[in-house]
Amino acid sequence: MNWISEWALPKIKTLFGGPREVPENLWHKCPACEQMIFHRDLERALHVCPHCGHHMRVGARQRMDYTLDPNWQRIELPKAPADPLRFRDQRRYGERLRDAQAKAGQEDAVVVAHGAIEGHRAVVAAFEFSFMGGSMGAGVGEALVTAARLAVLQDSPLIVFTASGGARMQEGAISLMQMPRTVIATRMVKEAGLPFIVVLADPTTGGVTASFAMLGDLQIAEPGALIGFAGARVIEQTVREKLPEGFQRAEYLLEHGILDMVVKRGEMRATLARLIGLLRVPQRESESLPEPEVEAPPALPAPAEAEKPAPVT
Amino acid sequence: MRHFLDFEKPLAELEGKIEELRRTTDAGGIDVAEEVGRLRDKAQSLLRATYARLSPWQKTLVARHPDRPKCLDYIRALIEDWTPLAGDRAFADDAAVVGGLGRFRGRAVAVLGTEKGSDTESRVLHNFGMARPEGYRKARRIIELAGRFGLPILSFVDTAGAFPGIEAEARGQAEAIARSIEACLEAPVPFVATIIGEGGSGGAIALAAADRILMLEHSIYSVISPEGCASILWRDAAQAPTAAEALKLTAEDLRRLNLVDTVVPEPMGGAQRDPEAAIAAVGQQVWACLEPLLALDGATLRARRREKFLEMGRNSVV
Ligand SMILES: [Zn+2]
Repeated sequence: MNWISEWALPKIKTLFGGPREVPENLWHKCPACEQMIFHRDLERALHVCPHCGHHMRVGARQRMDYTLDPNWQRIELPKAPADPLRFRDQRRYGERLRDAQAKAGQEDAVVVAHGAIEGHRAVVAAFEFSFMGGSMGAGVGEALVTAARLAVLQDSPLIVFTASGGARMQEGAISLMQMPRTVIATRMVKEAGLPFIVVLADPTTGGVTASFAMLGDLQIAEPGALIGFAGARVIEQTVREKLPEGFQRAEYLLEHGILDMVVKRGEMRATLARLIGLLRVPQRESESLPEPEVEAPPALPAPAEAEKPAPVT
Repeated sequence: MRHFLDFEKPLAELEGKIEELRRTTDAGGIDVAEEVGRLRDKAQSLLRATYARLSPWQKTLVARHPDRPKCLDYIRALIEDWTPLAGDRAFADDAAVVGGLGRFRGRAVAVLGTEKGSDTESRVLHNFGMARPEGYRKARRIIELAGRFGLPILSFVDTAGAFPGIEAEARGQAEAIARSIEACLEAPVPFVATIIGEGGSGGAIALAAADRILMLEHSIYSVISPEGCASILWRDAAQAPTAAEALKLTAEDLRRLNLVDTVVPEPMGGAQRDPEAAIAAVGQQVWACLEPLLALDGATLRARRREKFLEMGRNSVV
């Protein structure tokens, strides 16, 4: 076998789909409205159903493509201990992990990249839900700490796209400790005067929601995303009540004051660019703003020097 | 009436026999002191043998034992001038989280904990130790208060987890827990947390992201209950004992993984058999952990606490 069949061919196959996959992959069925969508239309619509607007789950690298300007770069992440508990249920966790890694072509459930969003430099971390339900163990914690450090180093905002069922049970209390670890990551970014923006995608629950994912300077969600701490079934069993319509959906959270906004996938990039632009006023520019024509009320205090973000160089 | 766990059945039978013999003696029957003594010795060695090799699942049952000393028992015994504080200043007071001011060995401190209650009435009052967002917001308020006045913080954690309810979600359960963890990590004062019974997931770490973390010998600390884990990964809640084993949730496991600092030995047969001794042992260990921290300034404490958590699990292998 030469390199073409070993490397280039499989790559081309994944890009265009093997000939045998074509018939079943040409059309997708929307899980919400059950209408059929031609695959090229679905891709063009960023995996949002053109019929009903349902936001389908997308992978971490697709996220990067949708969010960042071309030529974004993926960051290599430090290795976390694999299977520290030697956990075994019906299968060994070590095997499950290796399978997931082989299938996803990544070490764990989070991809970190840096690049620009409509010209604004940014570090982006995105969860891959198909990787063990986006669950958070040491690898995910390490990825978020690395992303935070990179953001500080590059003087860039940090944006995290979440999609996670919560903690990775197979890592026991080590997965629990990722809650404080990722909270520390958010502190690093905030202390450097940089924006930390969370975009909650479907679904985001459990220990991920109850740690860094609720600590954004700004909290955004995709339409219809399921977001919560406890699972719906557990709640139903505990309170023995029917859950209200739209419970734990993005719109419900917005109504309850937990989010700043619900933003459609097609508008996400522009929204993020605008928000970063608004939050990151270069110091020099703000100093040289023209004096207002109308006399400002004298009682209005000048913004404190220390609170201004660092200049962008 | 003493509550015996299932695996303590042979013990319960022995103690029943002892009780019966004693009653015969009291009623003026033949003197069976010798027989009672012999049975007592037998019961003691059975107790010692049973508790020397508790399985993780048995430890889970001990950690949840209804007679085990609860958060308020520790506070009443260890804290002078105990002054409970209430409310999150936004919605309500959540009795599942106990918090307030007092003195520990003469020094003013802030105290926090999750309280399960010790009889039917108090269990309902404290919602079985399962806090709602108000509870975590009250915790954060008290942590911040302690920070402002330089008071060391002690916490006593015993909870199955945060309360899974409709209203709790609507009021931001996840955000409340996240902010409480953040407050723990940011506190510019010494912080010693003790897992006294059940350390249930996010609801526990919300009060335990501390400088020093202690666990009682038969307490558990886990990301999910063994029952919950079993029903997800084994699709059968009856596999909880297997899940408990796999989760590595005992104090010994957590210590070996370097996720907690100190394991506090319990009286023979568990804290429920001698609450006073258990509480005294905790008091001693909490002081031993707290004292060296008192010399450190806020910035150093915070930096070291961060470093501690950032290092956690990095080199852990069982
Ligand atoms: Zn549709």
